[in-house]
This record gives sequence, C-alpha cells and structure tokens, in this order.
Amino acid sequence: MNANVPSSSTSHYPNAPMAQKLETHTLSVLVDNEPGVLARVIGLFSGRGYNIESLTVSETEHAKHLSLITVVTTGTPMVIEQIKNQLDRLVPVHRVVDMTLSGRSIERELAMVKVAGKGDNRVEALRLADAFRARVIDATTESFVFEITGKSDKIEQFVALMLPLGLVEVSRTGIAAIARGPEAM
Amino acid sequence: MTKEMTGAEMVIQAMADQGVKHLFGYPGGAVLPIYDAIFAQTEVKHILVRHEQGAVHAAEGYARSTGKVGCILVTSGPGATNAVTGLTDALCDSIPLVCITGQVPTHLIGNDAFQECDTVGITRPCTKHNYLVKRIEDLPRILHEAFHIASSGRPGPVVVDIPKDIQFAKGVYSKPKEFPHTGYKPKLKGDIEAIKAAVELMANAKRPMFYSGGGVINSGKHASALLTELVRLTGFPITSTLMGLGAYPAADPQWMGMLGMHGTMEANMAMHDCDVMICVGARFDDRITGRIDAFSPGSKKIHIDIDASSINKNVKVDIPIVGDCAHVLQDMLRLWKAQGKHNDKKAMGDWWKQIAKWRERKSLAYRGSNEVIKPQYAIQRLYEATKDKDVYITTEVGQHQMWAAQFFHFQEPNRWMTSGGLGTMGYGLPASVGVQLAHPKSLVIDIAGEASVQMTMQELSTAVQYRLPVKIFILNNGYMGMVRQWQELLHGNRYSESYSEALPDFVKLAEAMHAVGIRCEKPGDLDHAIKEMIDIDRPVLFDCIVDQKENCFPMIPSGKAHNEMILGDSGVSLDDAITEEGKMLV
Ligand SMILES: Cc1cc2nc3c(=O)[nH]c(=O)nc-3n(C[C@H](O)[C@H](O)[C@H](O)COP(=O)(O)OP(=O)(O)OC[C@H]3O[C@@H](n4cnc5c(N)ncnc54)[C@H](O)[C@@H]3O)c2cc1C
Ligand SMILES: Cc1ncc(C[n+]2csc(CCOP(=O)(O)OP(=O)(O)O)c2C)c(N)n1
Ligand SMILES: [Mg+2]
Repeated sequence: MNANVPSSSTSHYPNAPMAQKLETHTLSVLVDNEPGVLARVIGLFSGRGYNIESLTVSETEHAKHLSLITVVTTGTPMVIEQIKNQLDRLVPVHRVVDMTLSGRSIERELAMVKVAGKGDNRVEALRLADAFRARVIDATTESFVFEITGKSDKIEQFVALMLPLGLVEVSRTGIAAIARGPEAM
Repeated sequence: MTKEMTGAEMVIQAMADQGVKHLFGYPGGAVLPIYDAIFAQTEVKHILVRHEQGAVHAAEGYARSTGKVGCILVTSGPGATNAVTGLTDALCDSIPLVCITGQVPTHLIGNDAFQECDTVGITRPCTKHNYLVKRIEDLPRILHEAFHIASSGRPGPVVVDIPKDIQFAKGVYSKPKEFPHTGYKPKLKGDIEAIKAAVELMANAKRPMFYSGGGVINSGKHASALLTELVRLTGFPITSTLMGLGAYPAADPQWMGMLGMHGTMEANMAMHDCDVMICVGARFDDRITGRIDAFSPGSKKIHIDIDASSINKNVKVDIPIVGDCAHVLQDMLRLWKAQGKHNDKKAMGDWWKQIAKWRERKSLAYRGSNEVIKPQYAIQRLYEATKDKDVYITTEVGQHQMWAAQFFHFQEPNRWMTSGGLGTMGYGLPASVGVQLAHPKSLVIDIAGEASVQMTMQELSTAVQYRLPVKIFILNNGYMGMVRQWQELLHGNRYSESYSEALPDFVKLAEAMHAVGIRCEKPGDLDHAIKEMIDIDRPVLFDCIVDQKENCFPMIPSGKAHNEMILGDSGVSLDDAITEEGKMLV
C-alpha cells in the first residue's frame, strides 16, 4: 500500500491549509468587568495567531459590572467561527455576537485629526472639514484639531484628504458597534 | 457552614468541603500560613513532592484515575513557574485541577519583590481560568468557583493566586450555593434535532465507524457504558484516540485498536474509507487526521463535543452536536431504540469482511527474538502478567508510550494515564504516585523510557516516603527512541544527541533511594522478573534492557493520508518516505 508513497508533502505536522477567502467581521463581546479580562481576550488573539484590526473596550452597565469589547478581525470563515467559539469559552465572556453576520449593525468610529499649515491649505482643510461634518475642537493660528465621527471608511477618506494639507497626527478610537432595532444584544 | 477564619484556613476548609482527601504540594515563604492551616487539621492530607512539576502530574494522575479534581499547593515565584509544565499538560488533556499558588503581599505586587512573578499572567494561557485574590471577601467564592470551573464542561486546570496578606486576613467563610459567572454555563444536553439527524445517518450507513476520544473518559464511567451499549447495538466498528483508551473494552470483537499516527492499519483504513464517522469526544488532532485534505474524504461526519471550539476546528463536520457525551449518547440510544433502527445488514457484512482483510495484515506484528528483549514483547508479557489484576498504567513519552498503547489492552475507563496533547516526558512517574494514592490497593505501573524517567526521577522519593508501591517499568533502549526514530526517518540516521549517554545504574539508584531495583536483560528471564516486581510491596524501578534500534510501527508520517502508512516489515526505506520540504515542518 505504501509502495509508491507520493512525494508531494509530508512531515511531522500536516501542511498549512490552502488559502481561503478572508472575511472581515465585527464581533461584540459582552464580558464581566473584572481585572484581566482584556488580557484574556488579547492573549487569545495573539496566542492563536488571530488578527485584530480594531479593538475598543468600555464599561457598559456599571451596576451589572459588564463591559463591551468590540473587535474587528479578519480570517477565513472557519477561523472566524473558531474565534467566536474560543471567545465564548472564556469564563468571563457572557455573549459573543457577530455583528457582520447579523447584517443589522451600525458601526461608528471617532477620530481626532491634527492638521498644521497656513494660507490656502488652512482654508481648504476647514472647507473639507465642513463637508465631512468634522468639528474643530482645538485651534491655533497654525493648526486645527478636527473631531470626526462616522464609518471607518469615511474617516480614512478624510484623513487621506488632510494628508497633503498638513496632516500631523491622527488619534482614532476604533470601532464601536450596535444592532439596529429595539432589542439588546 | 458560616464561620470566621483566616484566608489560609479557608483554603483548607474549602478543600475539605469539596471532599478533597489529598493535596500535592511544596512549601515556601508565600504559602507558610496555608501550611500552618494544614498542620492544624487531618481532613486534607498533604503529600510532599520533590518538585512542583511532580505535584501537578501527581494531581493529574489522581484526577484522571478517579474522575475527581486534583489539588496542588505551591509557593510564589519558582514554585509557580515550576508548576507551569504540569498546568499546560492538564490544559491540553482536559484534566480537572485546582492549583493554589502563594503570592507576595498585595502591597508588594508589581515591585519585583522577592520570589514575585506574574503568576496570573504566566498561567493565563495554560489554565482554563485563573484568579488573583485581592480581597478576603472574595476568597470563599473564588475557591469554590475554581472547583466548579475545573470540573464542569470541558475540564481543565484552574489557578488561584493568593497573596500572603490575604492568607493572614480574617473573613467570613461559607460555601456559596451558586456562582455569579452567568457567562459560564456549559451545555450538557445536545440539540435533539441534530441527534435525530445523526441517528438517521447512522442507520443508513454502509461503512460506519465510531471514533471516540478522551471526552468519553471526561464524561464519566456512565458515558463509557453508554458508548459500549450503542456500539454493540449498532454493530459498528470502533476505534479510539490515545486519550480515549479503555472507554470501550479492548477485548470486544468490534474494537479495532487505536487510530492515528501509530494506530492499527484496520483503524486507520476504516477511518479513511468509512462513509459515516461518529466522533464522540475527540478533537481531530493532527496525530489523527494526518493530511487534512485526505482525511476520510468520503465520509459524513457527526461530532459530539462539549466544547464548541473543538468542532470545525481542523475538520469540517456535517452534524455538530454540542453537549456532554453521556447526555448525547443517552439520547442517541433512546432514539435508536424507540425508532426501531437497525443497521444495514448486507452492507455491514461487506464492511466487516473488508475490515477482516485489513486485520489479516497484522499491522502490529514485529520480529521476535530469543537474544534481546523486544520492547513490544516486554509490554505483552507485562500485560499477560497483570491483566487479571486491578491494574492502572501511566506512561512517560516516547516509543514506549506508543507500544504501551498498542500492546496493553484496557477494558475499563480511567485505567490509562498518559500525556497525549503536550507529550510531557516525566509525566508518568509522578502521575503513578497520584494514582497509587487514590487506589492504595491496586497495582500501579509506570511504563517508562530511560530518558523520560530521568526528568522527574526524584519523585521516587515521594513514593518511598508515603510507602506507595508504584512500579516503574523502564523500557531501556539506551536512546531517546522516538527522537532516534524520527532522525532515522528524516535526518539520514544522524542520531544527533539522542543517545542516552552516561545512564545511571538504575538498580543501584533505586537502592540508594530506598526502593527496589530489578534488571532484566534476557527474554527468558522476563516473566520471572515481572512476577518478582509485582510481588514486591514497595516501589520498584525495573530496568528492562530492550532492543536499541526497534522502531514503532505502523506509522503514518504526518502530513500523509491514513492509507499511506508505513508498516513494520513493509520494506519501505524510511529515508524515502519523507521529502525535503516535509522536514521543515517537524
Ligand atoms: C509521542 C506521541 C504520539 C502520539 N500518537 C498518537 C496516535 O498515534 N494516535 C492518537 O490517537 N493519539 C496520539 N497521540 C496523542 C495526541 O497527541 C492527542 O493527545 C490525542 O490524539 C487527543 O485525543 P482526543 O482527540 O481524544 O482529545 P482529548 O485531548 O482527550 O480531548 C477531548 C475532547 O473531548 C471534549 N470533551 C471533554 N469533555 C467532554 C464531555 N464531557 N463530553 C463531550 N466532549 C468532551 C473536549 O472538548 C475535547 O475536544 C500521541 C501523543 C504523543 C505524545
Ligand atoms: C519534556 C520533553 N522534552 C522533549 C520531548 C521530545 N521527546 C519526545 S519523545 C523523546 C524521547 C523519549 O525517550 P525515552 O524516554 O527513552 O523513550 P523511548 O522513545 O526511548 O521509548 C523526546 C526527547 C518531550 N516530549 N518532552
Ligand atoms: Mg529510550
């Protein structure tokens, strides 16, 4: 039966699986607000080699000691399923909701964008900020800090436009997500 | 019971309330208050090991052979870091443990204090859950919750790190009735629609195959009984992973032997060719699947597992059933009977005929010898000499472990303790100590390799101290045999650093440690020597000198498909079996 062992590939470990299509998913993870919970979640991602594109954490209901972690991740469908199951089995995790699968989620991000410059560039930056509904939250004679909220692609577009106009730095919150409709997650 | 006491007393009280009889540990500054509490009572007996890794493996052996939670107590810093290998081992093999670690006082945490280490940080990835106790009020709840988490769902190790000031602090102790972790609720019952679909698929199968694993052992003796009943009722063949041996009686004609890398030909071929696979509490480990895309390509797969993350991790399955083995098997049996199901007689006849052909190949056969003891022969004789006794087997890691799995046969669960997932050399000796404590009247044998046994050798002193008559049966091939076999396979017979140089004289070593040493070098002397070993009511180190160059077959070089296994006398040169690119992945 093994007379002609094919010479394709063989080893102590199976080969890495064939590349599959990658998907990006936003996961809402409801957790007990206790020390170490974020370390558990992050450790899970780094330990198992999953990607984190964006991560936000904040307490939601103080009385219930609950926090919401919103994490944006990419992977093959099988890996995304793994990530959800792995998260779900952490003891302090109450629920994991795949906001992308539910198809009914709203995602927003806030960014503060610092732009420095004078003359025409400064005027143009203000004009664009207005078009994007970005607010000026700090100003000097040679700089602005804009606050902008929206979907990530809107923020990225705004930042790209600011680049030639004197972009100095950007501080982004990462994505927060919530489902449409009357129900809680 | 509600009572005021110190944190240290709470630790011992909680153990007593959990029914803990034995605690494996090693003292140090950061746990002295707890040792004081141990001193003051008799309910929980402390077993002093010689190294913290040994404490964890002993607790693992204790847990695996009883189904109870194993308990460990170690000090901060080096005590905790020494425990890490054992904790990781328990996580990989789903063994329920509670490990108490001492910590520097709360106000010194983060100051690089003496013997401080970030125990919760270090053990986070190698425990099911862990805690740093910051308030005495939380301690009773955390202690009991630790037992609950360790033993429920998919079992695993839990660490409770207790700063020394919390051990001294006084508080009110009571055993909590429930746990606030609303996020932690393991699902026991399987989805009944999925179970129905599974039963339907099984009844229509032409070439069905049961593939069971460690989850059946985790689920308890009842699960093994249910599995046995279902397998007999359906008339299907059954194989098991290394971790599941004993869940189904090996003496039964439907038993096909272990599957996987060193599994029998019939088990692996049947897995490859089956049309319906019923996986019960196993996790499609890479030692089982080999090349994923060639793994049982034509089968519909049913997977019962309590941990949803085990499902569709490596292999896509058709009918996932998340639940406890015993619960799901019970429902399957009930439905199979209630619906008057029976197997496809004609198809099953053909299937068993095919299986008989594979069996005829006698894939475990080896060439005997009158000159040297063949390791397989040694296990066979050990089995023959002990099979009618109340025997428990532990192993170290290597070829001897695989030969033990192939040639020792288990009729019951909880009789076989081995490090499967992590493959920790040095597991077997301390594990045997734990098993013997739990079963003082039974015969407990560690089937060992001469290299592995040196990793935790010092625990022989523990066995001596507590008069635990464990038998350490060393298959001494003078090599790290498993490494040597891979070097023969992958690296052109270049046995780099795999020769067991400067071995101790195990007989004298045993004597120096107040145990008994026996050496056997000739096949003709073996039966007598084994009998002598069994008859001695003290710890015995048995140095069984075996053939140095024997390889363990069958073998699926991983990355290969199940039907590409190498057989013992197949005449295939190991050198040709592996490609350059394959070597990189080892
Ligand atoms: C040198 C060496 C060689 C090896 N060669 C082989 C080999 O040839 N063949 C082999 O089989 N193994 C071999 N192994 C062992 C292998 O590495 C794995 O440890 C083993 O195959 C895993 O067994 P398992 O799938 O039964 O899973 P386990 O690790 O026992 O996991 C149990 C599974 O059951 C689930 N579970 C737990 N409790 C329950 C419950 N109550 N109800 C339902 N599900 C539950 C868990 O979630 C998990 O998915 C070898 C190991 C070593 C060190
Ligand atoms: C702690 C640890 N280190 C290294 C290994 C890698 N390893 C696996 S088997 C083996 C050799 C075991 O030799 P021995 O105990 O003599 O058993 P044999 O294979 O000869 O039966 C080694 C080094 C391991 N599994 N565990
Ligand atoms: Mg050896």
